[in-house]
Amino acid sequence: MKITPERVAEVARLARLTFTPEELTRFAAQIGDILAYMDTLNALDTTGVEPLYSPSGLTGVTREDAARQANSRAETLANAPETDGEFFIVPRIV
Amino acid sequence: MSDIHELSLTQVRDGLARGEITAGQAVEACLAQIEATEPRISALLSVQGGKARERAAALDAHGPDPDRPLWGVPLVVKDAICAKDAPTTCASRILENFVPFYDAFAVAKLRQAGAIILAKSNMDEFAMGSSTENSAFGPTANPWDLSRVPGGSSGGSAASVAARQCFGALGTDTGGSIRQPASFCGVVGLKPTYGRVSRFGLVAYGSSLDQIGPMARTPLDCAVMLSAIAGHDPADSTSAPQPVPDFAAAVQARGDLRGVRLGLPKEFWGDGVDAEVKDACRAAVDAAEKLGAKVVEVSLPHTPYAVATYYIVAMAEASSNLARFDGVRYGYRDRSAGELIELYEKSRSAGFGDEVKRRIVLGTYVLSAGYYDAYYRKAAQVRELLRRDYLAAFTRCDVLCGPAAPFTAFGLGEKKGDPLQMYLSDIFTISLNLAGLPGLSFPVGLGRDSRLPVGLQLFGPAFGEEIILGTAQVLSQALEALPTPRGLSA
Repeated sequence: MKITPERVAEVARLARLTFTPEELTRFAAQIGDILAYMDTLNALDTTGVEPLYSPSGLTGVTREDAARQANSRAETLANAPETDGEFFIVPRIV
Repeated sequence: MSDIHELSLTQVRDGLARGEITAGQAVEACLAQIEATEPRISALLSVQGGKARERAAALDAHGPDPDRPLWGVPLVVKDAICAKDAPTTCASRILENFVPFYDAFAVAKLRQAGAIILAKSNMDEFAMGSSTENSAFGPTANPWDLSRVPGGSSGGSAASVAARQCFGALGTDTGGSIRQPASFCGVVGLKPTYGRVSRFGLVAYGSSLDQIGPMARTPLDCAVMLSAIAGHDPADSTSAPQPVPDFAAAVQARGDLRGVRLGLPKEFWGDGVDAEVKDACRAAVDAAEKLGAKVVEVSLPHTPYAVATYYIVAMAEASSNLARFDGVRYGYRDRSAGELIELYEKSRSAGFGDEVKRRIVLGTYVLSAGYYDAYYRKAAQVRELLRRDYLAAFTRCDVLCGPAAPFTAFGLGEKKGDPLQMYLSDIFTISLNLAGLPGLSFPVGLGRDSRLPVGLQLFGPAFGEEIILGTAQVLSQALEALPTPRGLSA
């Protein structure tokens, strides 16, 4: 499959990534090769095959809805690039 | 004892339990070996020497505890797994300064068992790679030949065990990331059944594929570690509520291979495997027959589709999992951004390396409107066919076996420029993760041309770790042990 640098830029925008023009050209070629390889699955007839999304077999695992003391605010904020001691700080939104 | 670091995990554990070795001596032996070998192999991203010494002193003050099966044993943990108060970088710039305030379930269990966490090991960034060359902090060298890769993504853990820096290590395996580096470095690596070991505290890559597992110098050592880290964890909803057997006892109970039906999938033994790899693996199968195993040929007919299926599933899951790195709650932030979207874009683009970005873009593509059915759903259907292949094969045999990789360790830089060629080197490891089954790689000798370690894989049915560990232990005792890695003897 042929993938253009413009198409790579569109998908990258969805993933919140930006690339230089050189990166877009290089990635477009590599991603085109990889997608072409992925397209080999089309040779296989999978009509009526139930998709397998997880091998675990466990679904809808629940626990009792009980209150507990989880992580402290100080620990939760400790790795943040910017805080005011109480909240995560981000650039002004509104 | 002067050569403590040469002992296997089980040997040092027994010496510690009998009081012949102190925890302090075990730690000092490992730290000395790290100092001697690390400048040449770069297997580690951080060494917690001070904390390890403190912990050893605290253990020694009370003396050996027979209820703790890893009492005083120094271990290394892959840097994708959180260990409290040590950096967890995933070998990425985006997590360069991340220090978790909690232990992963597996790490907490190791500590409960008395183990000492000595260091965090190098890896491909976010476990994306097969050579450890995708680390943002530089590659690891193979202790057998410093010009070659250790495999990946758990290449640091494999190289550290091979170089006798530690007695065992935790790795993670999403598509072969424990087994392939174990094979390249001449150590034993086990990927447990999906759900056997909790993923709580493991930085997620492909959540339906990822498993934490042990890497050590013998299958018995891996069994000891697996007993410590396995078990149900309410914090991971895919963690299996299965009883945990005493894996070491099960391994030691097996004296030969009588009654074991060994299945050879023909797709793993055909063209595309180097002759020296095939011959070394075949010699191990012959040895298994002499020990009583019955060899049968089986087929996993959808194997040619496994690589494409795996990369679609893994990249789709990666693109979702790595959305959490936003420069807000933890990790790298680009401080030049004036508004929020720009903050995300700049922080992520500067923080992630090329392979990670390539996989996020591909994963986003295969999940995007108009392509979801053609790629992601299609791959999930083929995944079901691959699982059925295994179920059918296990009606005819107890253990499946084949080479861990088509070749021995390749050269640093050899495949780095061609991502697709790198992906294709995972052909023999990845279908196991798609099916969620346990698999192990252990060394069966050196390739006659390359003189590098060759690994044989054994696959078992779900929650069948006992039989593959036991088979590997019996077989490795019958085979000639590998010499010391020669890259470190010069």
